[in-house]
Amino acid sequence: MGATNIALEKPPTEQKKLSLISFSGDFDKLVATFTLATGAAAIGYEVNIFFTFWGLDAIKKKQGRAFVGKGFLGKLFGFFMGGLKSAPVSRLNFLGLSPKIFRYLMRSKNVATLEELVEAAKVLEINLYACEMAMHILGLEKTDFIHEVKGVLGVATFLEISEGGRTIFI
Amino acid sequence: MATYQLDITREHCPMTFVKTKIQLSKLSTGDILEVLLTEGEPLENVPKSSTEQGFKVLEISHVEGAIHKVFIQK
Repeated sequence: MGATNIALEKPPTEQKKLSLISFSGDFDKLVATFTLATGAAAIGYEVNIFFTFWGLDAIKKKQGRAFVGKGFLGKLFGFFMGGLKSAPVSRLNFLGLSPKIFRYLMRSKNVATLEELVEAAKVLEINLYACEMAMHILGLEKTDFIHEVKGVLGVATFLEISEGGRTIFI
Repeated sequence: MATYQLDITREHCPMTFVKTKIQLSKLSTGDILEVLLTEGEPLENVPKSSTEQGFKVLEISHVEGAIHKVFIQK
C-alpha cells in the first residue's frame, strides 16, 4: 500500500449554481433531473429545481394515483397524472411495465433509484420550487406537495434565482 | 478529532459524490473521513470537489487493484 502525498489545498471558490426546469414528469427524465441535481449539490453547487406542468407530479405528497386537485377536471387529471411512483418512461412504457423493470435493473446494478435520488435531494437541501401557473391550471395547492418544496414561483422569480448560473430544461 | 470510514467502491454517479458529501456534513471540524473509492471519475473528482468545498485532502493512497483511499479532513 504505497502512500502519495497530494497537495490539493486550495481556498474554496465562489459557489457555482445550477437551475433545472423539470417540465417532463417522465420517469427517465426525472432520473436525469435528480441525478444532475444531486451530483451538482454534492460537489458544492447551489441547486434549484423549478417543477412545472407534468414535472409537478414528482413533488406530490401522494406518490401513486390519487384524485389530487380542485374541480372535476383537476381531480381527473390529477388521477391520470399520478405521482412519483406512477411516472411513465418516455419511450417503450408498455402500459407502466417499463418503470418497474427500470427500478428492478437500477436496484440490481446498485444504481440509485428515482426515490433514492429524491431523498438525497432533500438531504442535500436542494431548493425545490413549484410553478404557480401550472398549479393554478391543475387546481393544485402548495399543501398537495412534499413539505420540502420551498416556494411557489412565477417566471420572474425563477429568472432572478437562476441568474448567474446554468439553467437546463428537462 | 475522530476518524470515519466510507466505502463507495460499489456506488455509481452521482451517489459517489452524494454519499461523500452527506458523510462529510455529519463530521465535526478536524474529523477525518477515509473514503475507499475506485479509479476513474470517483478518484479524479471526489478529492477535487472536496478541496473546492473547503475540505482538506491529506493523502491519497493506493490500496489494491483499482481501489484507492482518500483521507479528507473537515
